[in-house]
Amino acid sequence: MDIMLGTVAVDWKLVAAAVALMAGGGLLLGLIIGVVARCFRVVGDSRVDLVTELLPGANCGGCGKAGCRDFAKSVVSGENPPGKCPVSTREQVSAIALALGVEVGEIVPKKAVVRCSGNLFTSDRVAYYKGINKCSSAMLVGGGPKLCRYGCLGMGDCARKCPFGAIEIINNLAVIHEELCIGCGRCAAVCPRGVIAIVPAAAHVHVFCNSPEKGAQKRQVCRSACLGCGKCVRKDPEKFELTAGLAKVKYDAAELPDMETIEAVGCPTGALATTERHRLAAKKEAAVK
Amino acid sequence: MKYLELTIGAALVNNFVLSRFLGICPFLGVSKRLDTAMGMSGAVIFVMTLASAATAAVYNYLLKFTFRGVAYDLGFLQILLFILIIAALVQVIEIVLQKLSPKLYQALGIYLPLITTNCAVLGAATLNFKGGRGVLDATLFGCFSGVGFALALLLFASIREKLELASPPKAMEGTPIALVTAGILAMAFSGFAGLC
Repeated sequence: MDIMLGTVAVDWKLVAAAVALMAGGGLLLGLIIGVVARCFRVVGDSRVDLVTELLPGANCGGCGKAGCRDFAKSVVSGENPPGKCPVSTREQVSAIALALGVEVGEIVPKKAVVRCSGNLFTSDRVAYYKGINKCSSAMLVGGGPKLCRYGCLGMGDCARKCPFGAIEIINNLAVIHEELCIGCGRCAAVCPRGVIAIVPAAAHVHVFCNSPEKGAQKRQVCRSACLGCGKCVRKDPEKFELTAGLAKVKYDAAELPDMETIEAVGCPTGALATTERHRLAAKKEAAVK
Repeated sequence: MKYLELTIGAALVNNFVLSRFLGICPFLGVSKRLDTAMGMSGAVIFVMTLASAATAAVYNYLLKFTFRGVAYDLGFLQILLFILIIAALVQVIEIVLQKLSPKLYQALGIYLPLITTNCAVLGAATLNFKGGRGVLDATLFGCFSGVGFALALLLFASIREKLELASPPKAMEGTPIALVTAGILAMAFSGFAGLC
């Protein structure tokens, strides 16, 4: 039953069979999907759909979840705050917070702080490390070249990870440029020693030390460590606390310490400083040498 | 011997990723971390097995038939029909899983719809068609092809995790060094060639 179409012979029966198979198959499968979807319908939380719509939909995975919908679920369940999305602008985040009835005011801008001030000149090392210039690699070789087991290794894993170029390595110490940091926390996640903390952006004064060891032990390996002398706590118990030989700023206190507090306390090692002073101190050591 | 070829042959000798070069997209895309690679591997084995079974049933019983004394051979429709069937199948499985086994649905998660029209899945179906395999053989082949894919993906993901610690020259960082590694891995797999 061939019909000539120009010079091509067309088997119309075969064409009809092909069309019938595809159309019939498509219809049947569509019907099956429809019926199954109706029978096995899961009534989900409508808020998840709402939040998914408000998210950028880039499915970048920057939040640590598999796609935007997964993140929306975690936001609705309260596992993650809406601000965890690194792509959303502040306006989008507030829109999500508003839609969920979470107060917009709860989104506190954050900032990273490197809780170590032991640079090339103030802290001692146990050996020369000449391997791959990455903190994660150095950690594998006997826990890194530094004598202090808690301090910054200064090979810049965090600086390479920072999408905003807010971290600079000065004299083997990571320092933060506050004006560039948005507190996304990628540096904190990549630091093998957990030196970097994410703190409220309103705080400008921090204790630049992370070692929970005894003051005398720390003194032997680092000249800029917090000795746990408690001077700051005695001066201002509202703003500082002392745990296991290490002073800490109470970030959730009503009033945060400022420059005047630093002057009043007079920290013997200079571990209590502003981020700016921390950066300048690392530079100054270079000038001295 | 036939079953040896269907199982070991599919998983190692003619590994989908490393010797047929099918399914490269998820191989490079989700091999940065071992846990995501595991989720993807599970989804691929699952879908490949079911898709092979479904498409084998279709080409064995639907594509060649005689109607009112006229023999029809609709083999040329294979790719079109296979895509349709696999897509619908995955869709149905996803809906059913969500209701019956939320745990498994969570584990396979986003990977299930992602590999719907993956070339490895479609490749398994067309290879079965070419080989004229029956439903059982085709299912076995699909399953072990999936296992081979999973093996390659998991190997590659664990290598890539270690690769993060190395510092290659600037120009080779990231994807380039990963591709070179994949090439070497493929060469290593060619050592299985004489197996069966």
